[in-house]
Amino acid sequence: MDITTLSNDLKHMIPELILALGAMSAVLAGAFMGAKSSKWISYFCVLLLLAAGYAAVRCAPLEPVEIFRSSLIIDNFGGFAKLIIALTSAAAVLLSIDYLTERKIDKPEYPVLAVLAVLGMYIMASAHDLIAIYMGVELQSLALYVLASYARDSAKSTEAGLKYFVLGALSSGILLYGASLIYGFTGSVNFTNIGNSALNNPSVGLTFGMVFVLSGLAFKMSVAPFHMWTPDVYEGSPTPSTAFFAAAPKMAAAILLARFCFDAFGDVPNLWKDIIAIMAVLSMFVGAIFALQQTNVKRLFAYSSIANMGYALVAIAAGREHGATALLLFVSIYAISSVGLFGVLLSMRDNEGKALEKLSDFSGLSKQRPMLALALTVLLFSIAGIPPLAGFFGKFEVFIAAVNGQVVPLALVLVIASVISAFYYLRIIKIVWFDEAKKSIAGGLATTRFSVAGTTLVLAALTPFIGLLYAAAKLGGNFIK
Amino acid sequence: MLISAAFYILSAIAIISALMVVAAKNPVHSVLFLVLTFFTTAGLFVLIGAEYLAMLLVVVYVGAVMVLFLFVVMMLDIDFVELKQGFTRYLPLGAGVAITLFAMFILVSNTRIAVNIGAGDLASPTPSTDIANNAEAIGKILYTDYILFFQLAGLVLFVAMIGAIVLTLRHRDNVKRQNVTKQVGRPRAEGVELMDPKSGEGVAL
Repeated sequence: MDITTLSNDLKHMIPELILALGAMSAVLAGAFMGAKSSKWISYFCVLLLLAAGYAAVRCAPLEPVEIFRSSLIIDNFGGFAKLIIALTSAAAVLLSIDYLTERKIDKPEYPVLAVLAVLGMYIMASAHDLIAIYMGVELQSLALYVLASYARDSAKSTEAGLKYFVLGALSSGILLYGASLIYGFTGSVNFTNIGNSALNNPSVGLTFGMVFVLSGLAFKMSVAPFHMWTPDVYEGSPTPSTAFFAAAPKMAAAILLARFCFDAFGDVPNLWKDIIAIMAVLSMFVGAIFALQQTNVKRLFAYSSIANMGYALVAIAAGREHGATALLLFVSIYAISSVGLFGVLLSMRDNEGKALEKLSDFSGLSKQRPMLALALTVLLFSIAGIPPLAGFFGKFEVFIAAVNGQVVPLALVLVIASVISAFYYLRIIKIVWFDEAKKSIAGGLATTRFSVAGTTLVLAALTPFIGLLYAAAKLGGNFIK
Repeated sequence: MLISAAFYILSAIAIISALMVVAAKNPVHSVLFLVLTFFTTAGLFVLIGAEYLAMLLVVVYVGAVMVLFLFVVMMLDIDFVELKQGFTRYLPLGAGVAITLFAMFILVSNTRIAVNIGAGDLASPTPSTDIANNAEAIGKILYTDYILFFQLAGLVLFVAMIGAIVLTLRHRDNVKRQNVTKQVGRPRAEGVELMDPKSGEGVAL
């Protein structure tokens, strides 16, 4: 690799460069300016994320470009995903500012770790070989482990971080083992070569490696049966970290799984279709049924995210011709709504500023905080898939993709699981609007309010512009051949 | 002949000592068996001509990681008898998982590598030893073709460093630290006070 190809390749990596250089300068600024600067560094990191999201869309070329000896691929599919990853992460960082300040654990490292995690997600979103998968996943996960145990004096947060770390390390090991098998049986780490090899010289060893990699990625995406860590980590982590976990990493993992299935094994869909379908059915049912008995809202949202990742897997199982657009549309709408939901959860504070996380604490919210109740209702209706809101279009698109992609049973399971999960979304709305108030609710602080209002408005405003979003997703979805 | 004998001896020792890592009662012995495993694995690396990786394994794992392990094992006061109490209870489940995995590995290793791997398919074919030695070959592609991953690995370490500091560093206010610059820069007026005591009286401090 000489200097011309290097500089040519770097031109396509401007978003990643923005994140990496920005994170490094933020660390330096934090070290020199001390803990008092954490608020300004948070705002700086929000700007960085927005700039990286903008740059990701600007840099996405019309035709896919493979850079760094085909280890990364820059295209519209990745560009769209990166924009959503950046937006939801920026919202999560905004949410963190007041929460951390109130608990006196605000340090400049929090937003920096979030930015570095996003850098890992960017690599995941444009991975085109096995090493890129592993480096992206590790960069992302390592930062997330720290964010999970960020409230280090809280036993629950430490436990969440440790659990996440141990299980995450195990899944990384599984992923790496699968990657080594694939490399051993194909002689290449590159997706294109792996795809050719899988088509022309199929072997048990290659399938075996692929299953291992799928399992590792399924863990990162938290789909059943690799979902065990999700409720505990969601409950124990500081709420802004949970808001972060629920949106952007899910998007990145889903995109990565799609790339792995569509790019590397796209010509042999029979190898992975059944595995993805089984995981999809399991996640949809586990997510829908186990959420029914939760009383803690964070755990409930954890199961809801498992169910939603199940819907995303339906889109992947539909195959690359039909599934890619649906996947982009569905996961991006899900990611935006879930950041909003955690924003509402962060606004649920009693008069001393203690977090209210029980389902029963939401009773009478509509009388005390009508606007917050309205935002929560819009977000829940959207994530449940009630027609005028954006969430409906995401689910609808997945449904259509499943029907077109010849996986009609999955489409039926999707409808059934949606109906079951609509029950607990609607139950929250019932508690908010019709139950008598028990506790006084103080509402969120400034930046929390801002992000909740922002995401709700985005979701509500998306409805008239769903065609625009759909067109963008369609453009992103046509990403291969 | 000599090479295959060396291979069998080394791999036998590697497998036995790996087994002893799990089976040893004393955790310090486990760590020492792990060191032995690494040494024999390094020997296996040398046999296939990857002497650089062999040295790396010894230096990094034996030299750094295992010493840290030993420290941790010796410093933490863990009751290993108590830890092993659930052993018989979890044995059937664990054995089931292990046997399934083992059967799968046998299945995979039995499938011949029917794939024809051309020279062009190999991501980085090792040059023959008269052109470049092992370390040179790795160095040549690590800093050129794989520069992106090299840098990303740097970022992963960066995250690990930030994480370790964030989770463990505590600033205590009541700790007195020596500040040499402050000591040297102290003017005379701060340190010395000239008194003019009258005879027969003391000095009020």
